[in-house]
Amino acid sequence: MEPEVEGPELESIVSDLCDMLQRYNKEQIELGAETSLSSELNIDSVEVMDLIMEIEDKFDIDIPINLISDVETVSNLARLVHERMKGG
Amino acid sequence: MDIFDKYSLPAARHEKVLKAGTDPFGVRMEELYSATEALVNGRRTILVGTNNYLGLTYDPLCMDAAIEAIRTHGTGTTGSRIANGTYATHIALERALAAFLNKRSAMVFPTGYQANLGILSGLAGANDVILLDADSHASIYDGCRLSGATLVRFRHNDPADLDKRLTRLGDDGRCKLVVVEGIYSMLGDRAPLREFAEVKRRHGAYLLVDEAHSLGVLGDHGRGVAEEQGIEDEVDFVVGTFSKSLGAVGGFGASSHPKFDVLRYCSRPYMFTASASPSNVASVLAALSEIEQRPDLRHRLWGNAKALFEGVVAAGFAVCAEMSPVIALRMKDEETAIYAWNRLLESGVYVNLALPPGTPNGACLLRASVSAAHTPEQIAEVIARFAALAEDLAALERATASRVPARL
Repeated sequence: MEPEVEGPELESIVSDLCDMLQRYNKEQIELGAETSLSSELNIDSVEVMDLIMEIEDKFDIDIPINLISDVETVSNLARLVHERMKGG
Repeated sequence: MDIFDKYSLPAARHEKVLKAGTDPFGVRMEELYSATEALVNGRRTILVGTNNYLGLTYDPLCMDAAIEAIRTHGTGTTGSRIANGTYATHIALERALAAFLNKRSAMVFPTGYQANLGILSGLAGANDVILLDADSHASIYDGCRLSGATLVRFRHNDPADLDKRLTRLGDDGRCKLVVVEGIYSMLGDRAPLREFAEVKRRHGAYLLVDEAHSLGVLGDHGRGVAEEQGIEDEVDFVVGTFSKSLGAVGGFGASSHPKFDVLRYCSRPYMFTASASPSNVASVLAALSEIEQRPDLRHRLWGNAKALFEGVVAAGFAVCAEMSPVIALRMKDEETAIYAWNRLLESGVYVNLALPPGTPNGACLLRASVSAAHTPEQIAEVIARFAALAEDLAALERATASRVPARL
């Protein structure tokens, strides 16, 4: 299992992502770093790509869609955003 | 654990669709009568969802050419283009396509899907970036994935958004390929190509336009959206299909880039598949000449599109885009869309049912596509059935509303 997200920077990204994910939270479940996008939020492949576009604009980064196949949890997504912000 | 377990969600959804009537993803054409009529569920049905824009599937010249090709060249080539599958007619068709589009060279593929797969995966590689419109067709997404390139989506039909994303990428030495479509298949809206071309020029990117739904449909000569908007020279690569206005099966890629033909021995979807059948190649050659010599087909198509568009708007339906031969009606939810689609089919009208994730922004649509071969009587009939459907849906809405208990 992926370790919990650490550090204030990542925590703040997780919090921002959770806010953005509320729109897809049909069942109104509690969102956190370990929430699964596909199995808990039931976000389909197209919604994930739309979400990525919103994230790109919010953080002013590029997230090529080739990179999102490994993303399962909010924490995975936060790490990806963090890497792209650092120019990864 | 069963190997099909991963499909339990779509399978359950399909079960639900089946309960509402006919399987919209398994419609059987029991008999074909013409380009616009078939027997479906034992009923004579007007076809308004076949993308047969010019009705050339039953054009006598195209049919005769196909029959003659079978007699002279047989039923199949049994070989790939790089082995025994290149006949003189494949080359003739490629030259005719290139001449028609005013491009230096064209490559023919066995299907439109493979054309996108072959051209995109051939053009872009691991060190390139493809910027694709968010609403692109599945064949574009699949071709992009196969290329191994870095994939960046931009907002649908939004040149400013493309500009922003290209700016963000910066001049990092990688080649950038921008991919858009002429007319988008689901909603029928068309790309602002002139603005896209300006952005791509400023950033030194390449531009690929998929004219699948616009070839033979837009432009004074039927060359598509690039001709209509007067920017053909700005389009580096054109992709298209034979299975819509050209009335057969197959696809093509065309370009004036001097090195384009390197794809003939570097694009795997081009190399490792049997070539298009002789009858397909022959009928498409004939269809191209019909498009060139019979602008009346295009005029009839647009006349029919206008009539149907105005008819469904008058009936009270919400249309998704400006008038075009693709007319998509927005339904309020999936259940309503499935119900409406079944009612139309029962009344002898076939349209496409389009549901998410195959549609943009979760839209549930009845998608009609008009043909030049529709008679004025057929169009009038279809409008009457749509009007009856509108009344049916309104009655349903009233009944549902009266069943909802007042809460306030």
